[in-house]
This record gives sequence, C-alpha cells and structure tokens, in this order.
Amino acid sequence: MPAIAEFSISSTQFLNSSGALVAPVPGFARDPATLITLYRGMVLARAFDTKAIALQRTGRLGTYASSLGQEAVAVGLAAAMQPSDVLLPSFREHGAQLWRGVTLKELFLYWGGDERGNDFAGPREDFPNCVPIGSHAPHAIGVALAFQLRKENRAAVCVFGDGATSKGDVAEALNVAGVLKVPAVFMVNNNGWAISLPVRKQTAAATLAQKAIAAGIPGEQVDGNDVIAVRFATERALTRARAGAGPSLIEAVTYRLSDHTTADDASRYRDDAEVSHYWQAEPIARLRGYLEKAGVWNKGEEEKLLQECGQAVERAADEYIAMQPLAPATMFDSVFAQLPADLVLQRDGACCGSGGAG
Amino acid sequence: MSEVNLVQAVNLALRRAMAEDSRVLVLGEDVGVNGGVFRATEGLLALYGDSRVLDTPLAEAAIAGISIGLAAQGFRPVAEIQFAGFAYTCIDQLLNHASRLRTRTRGRLTCPLVLRTPAGGGIHAVEHHSESPEAMFAHIPGLKVVIPSSPARAYGLLLSAIRDPDPVVFLEPTRLYRFAREDVVDDGAQVPLETCFILRTGRDITLVSWGAMLKETLEAAGRLSEEGVEAEVIDVATLKPLDGTTILDSVARTGRLVVVQEAPLTGGFGAEIAARVASTGLMSLLAPIERVTGYDTVMPYPRTERWYMPSVDRVMAAVRRLMAYR
Repeated sequence: MPAIAEFSISSTQFLNSSGALVAPVPGFARDPATLITLYRGMVLARAFDTKAIALQRTGRLGTYASSLGQEAVAVGLAAAMQPSDVLLPSFREHGAQLWRGVTLKELFLYWGGDERGNDFAGPREDFPNCVPIGSHAPHAIGVALAFQLRKENRAAVCVFGDGATSKGDVAEALNVAGVLKVPAVFMVNNNGWAISLPVRKQTAAATLAQKAIAAGIPGEQVDGNDVIAVRFATERALTRARAGAGPSLIEAVTYRLSDHTTADDASRYRDDAEVSHYWQAEPIARLRGYLEKAGVWNKGEEEKLLQECGQAVERAADEYIAMQPLAPATMFDSVFAQLPADLVLQRDGACCGSGGAG
Repeated sequence: MSEVNLVQAVNLALRRAMAEDSRVLVLGEDVGVNGGVFRATEGLLALYGDSRVLDTPLAEAAIAGISIGLAAQGFRPVAEIQFAGFAYTCIDQLLNHASRLRTRTRGRLTCPLVLRTPAGGGIHAVEHHSESPEAMFAHIPGLKVVIPSSPARAYGLLLSAIRDPDPVVFLEPTRLYRFAREDVVDDGAQVPLETCFILRTGRDITLVSWGAMLKETLEAAGRLSEEGVEAEVIDVATLKPLDGTTILDSVARTGRLVVVQEAPLTGGFGAEIAARVASTGLMSLLAPIERVTGYDTVMPYPRTERWYMPSVDRVMAAVRRLMAYR
C-alpha cells in the first residue's frame, strides 16, 4: 500500500559540546561581537540564577525555578526576536526576559513574591510567567491573531517545557494556530525532566518536535545547548511567521542541571552520574571554548564579565530587598479596573482597609 | 423598537457592539457560517467578515485562551461556548489567567473578554446540555458573572459586559431564548452591571432569583397576590460583583426571604445571598430564610428533569411556610 503521508524531523547543531563547529554557521554567528553578546546574555542569566538560589537558601526569596544549563534556549530565542514581538514565557526564561529588557530587580521581585515584578518597565506587552503548565499556549494564538488582524509585522513566541507537551492546552494551541496560520513560534524547552518524570515517560513519541506534524505545522529539533542553533531556528521560524506562512514548533533539547525548583531534591529520582554527564554539554562552557579558540575571548575578559554580572545582580538584589512590600490594601487595587461597591465593603472591612493600620 | 426574543436580543447587542467598536470580535464553534447553534451570531459573518467573526476548531479551552491573548492585545473578544456543560474546560483559563491578568501585572495587561454560553435546563436536551454552573464562576475573584432574564436586559447587560474593561462570563438562560418576546430599543443603551433589578414590588416577602427561574418566581408571585400575599421579586442579574444593598433593603422592608435557584443546593449562589442576609439583615427577618433549588443530584435526563427543576408550586409552598411562621 502506498504511503499517503510521510514526515521527518531534522535536528540542527552548529557548535558541539566540545565547542567545535560541526556545520557552516549562519551569518550572524560569523560576527564575534554578536556571539559575545549572546555569551554575555547567558552569563548574566546564570549569575542571576546563582544569586536567586543564594537568596532563597537564606530566606530572602520564595521558591525559585532555576534555568541552570538552559540559558542557550532563553537567550537564543530572545536574540532572534524583535523588540516589538511578544514573549509568552514558561518560568525558566530568565535569560530571555533579561535580554528583552525585564530588569534583574523585576525578576527578583517576582520570585520574591511581589506582583510589581510583572509590571515590566521594558517589554510592556510581554506576558508574565505561566506557572500552570502550558496553559499559556492558547494565549500566544490570541496575541499572534491580534498582530495578524492589525496587519502588524510582529510575532508571538511561546515557551513551554517537555511536560507541557502532554497537556491538552498545548495540543489545542498547536492545532488551532495551524488552522488560523497565526504568526507564532512555539518553543519546547526540553530539559529532560518534568520534576521527577523523564521525557521518555512523558511520551512514546521519538521527538517532541513531531507534535507539530499532527497540527500541520513545521516542527524541528535543535541542540538547545547551542545558542547559535536556537537563535538560527527561531529566526527562521519567525521569518516564516512574518511572511504569513504560519506557526512553527521548535524543540530545543537541553538538560535541567538543577533541581526542578528550590523546593525539589532531584537526587530522589535521578542519578548524579547523569547530571555529571550533561555538565559536559552545558551551553556556556562550549561557547566560551569556541570564543577562546577563535581568539576573541580570554581569561581577563571572562573575569571582567563575571565581575560585571555579579555586581549588577548584587545591586539589583539590594534594591529588591530594600523595597517595601506592597501595602496590604493594594491587594484590592487591580482586581478590576474599578473597585466594585461590593469589594469596597470588603476592603474597608479588612484589617488592611483604607483607614486601617495594616 | 422591535419585539424580539432573548436570543434575538443577544444578536442585536452583538451587532450593535461590533458596529460601534472595531475591537469587538466574535469567536467560537459554528458562530460564523452557521450563525451559532442557537443563531445568536446569525448574520454577523455577512456583516463583518471572517476577520471579526471566527469559526474556531472544536477546542473550548483554546477558545477561552485565544480570547485572553486577544484581550491582552486590546481587542474585545466575545467568545461563545455552545453549552455551559462544555465551558468547564475553560475554567482553568478563566481562573488561572483571565481573572488575574490585571492583578498579576498590576494593571499592565488586562483582559476585557466576554465568554457567552447558554445555561440551564428544562429544554429536554441531551445530557451535559442543562448545566447551571454560575456559582463556580462566581467563586472566581476577578471575574464578573451576569445572567439576563429578559430580552431587554439581555441586550443591555451584554452591551455592558462587552464594554466592561474586565472579563465577564455571560450565562444565557437557554430556556428563555425563545420563551417570550418584548420590545427592545436597539439604541445601544446599556443596562448596568452590579445592579439587582426589582421586577415586582411587594410588602410581604422578598423572592430573589436569576435567569430562567424568574419565570417560575414571577408566576408564583402573581398567584400569591391572588391569595393576598404581596411578594417583591428581585432579579440578581449580576451575581458577581453582587449588589447586596438592593437585596438587603428589600428584606428590611418585607422581613422574609426565599431564594430560588435552578442549580443544586449545596454551595449554590443562593447560599451566598442567604448568608449575607443572615449576617447583615438578621434583625429584620420575621422567619427563617428558605432556598428553593435543584437537588444535589446529577441533572436528570429529560424524561424526569421536571422533577428536578424548582416549580411554581415549590416556590409557593416555601412562601406559604414563611408567611405562616410564628
């Protein structure tokens, strides 16, 4: 019998885990300054990560989801976006948020439990993190549809993890996005683990990228620890989206070097040997190795960068800690555009009421 | 002015809202070419085209989620879910996202969407088509919940809902869609949210209801009047945020309260009204509060559903008990 449909999934890698080029790089990656900018973005994300965990461990930050080892996914996709595009992140895209102008202080505020951390001064239209897994995928269609209807040359980029691909929201979103041909890019940060569940138990599918096939949209896999590959694939998908060719799904294969969050202990369910193995493939060291071999980066510059990032993070952490929590009655402020009479009664009757001592 | 039924009034409001504001979009299953399974969106596709009237794939959670993205981008999406029984998958989107986007971002992103869905039983429909989920929606902070009970209020309340800067769940009583016609002036005038409407004044007892149950409640009030009992009938209309004042003021005058709801008893919205009157208006009560409701059963199939639905007789019996209370 003849095959009536066939598909294949490509995988893109330029920079292997030893920091050697395995394929001719795209134009942007031939410019050392561009690569150094990507490198700096990843190092800043990791510096934030380190400080956030330290603050959490000392009781000065809430439960925190680390992006350790996944910096290339966040920075690569953000670098491919235009400022006017809209990012709909999961909750490990600190590197993307920083790249797009969310401040370190805002990130600390968010993870410290303060809504002001979502009131981004920079990317005003970007969505806040989405903690209920994958439920933001349909929002990306709405955002992209808005661009399509207004005939704007913009796109929505939605990031979710490997676990999210098991959710109905994501399946619905990929399918509907394909039908409406909206300018959206869906990025799977496949870090191998959904808390304690390895990806091989998440799905029987050989790749997560092939979830796109059933939705009738392009799907591809990239080495998620190769920032060049992530940026390249995202740019290509965004170009297609802007040209009216519809949405895409990119699976960035990376590894969660950290616990799920600071409330998790991954040693309960995975071997240290596996983690040690993946440390050999992490994204920052490989790009540094490449830059050093290319003679455009050295120990002095590395030390200077680490110092700069460390100082920026310390400064932001100090600002966050010094910031007074929101006044209690402000919990009523943004429930609605205008506080209904019924809620005025509740506010005024609360301990934190308009005239209360708080 | 023209005489229309409730579903036609919904259609008139949608036409008016789309005409006056290009940000208003309609999306859902079968809302375009087919004009909606109840014809609520009939004619909109021809008038406004497929960029403003979107037939979506069969994916209710996505319909709600897409509406959130559109709303955050400044559109005014009006999503239709074919039956309230299929809106449960939207609750995640409404609860985790639509209702809290404004709060989470301190007002940076907002969510002015309307989710319309037919609700309620008594229409001899197949299972899952006769749900009364209003209390579930009303329990969600940041969400407004509106249920019209007449064509004119459906028209004016839907316009208010669409123009509202925050998310509104608009539950349309299926049983009333083609029940009665009344004059609706299609002048774009809205009926305010957060307002209970006194449909009939009376000195002896307050009957509070919403949606389709007002049919039985009003009929009971009319028959009680023949017995010399003058009942005041209140249409809650907007369950959330609740206009508690109108209800409390009425009970202060009458001293007696019956809440009539089609939804099951336990945890229903009638409990909220009863609790408020009990805690704030207790001293004006001359008798206990009664609730006439559906039962804590699964909604029966059509051949027995009438035994579930609160009837005129059940409302009258409750009133008589309270009038006789000493």
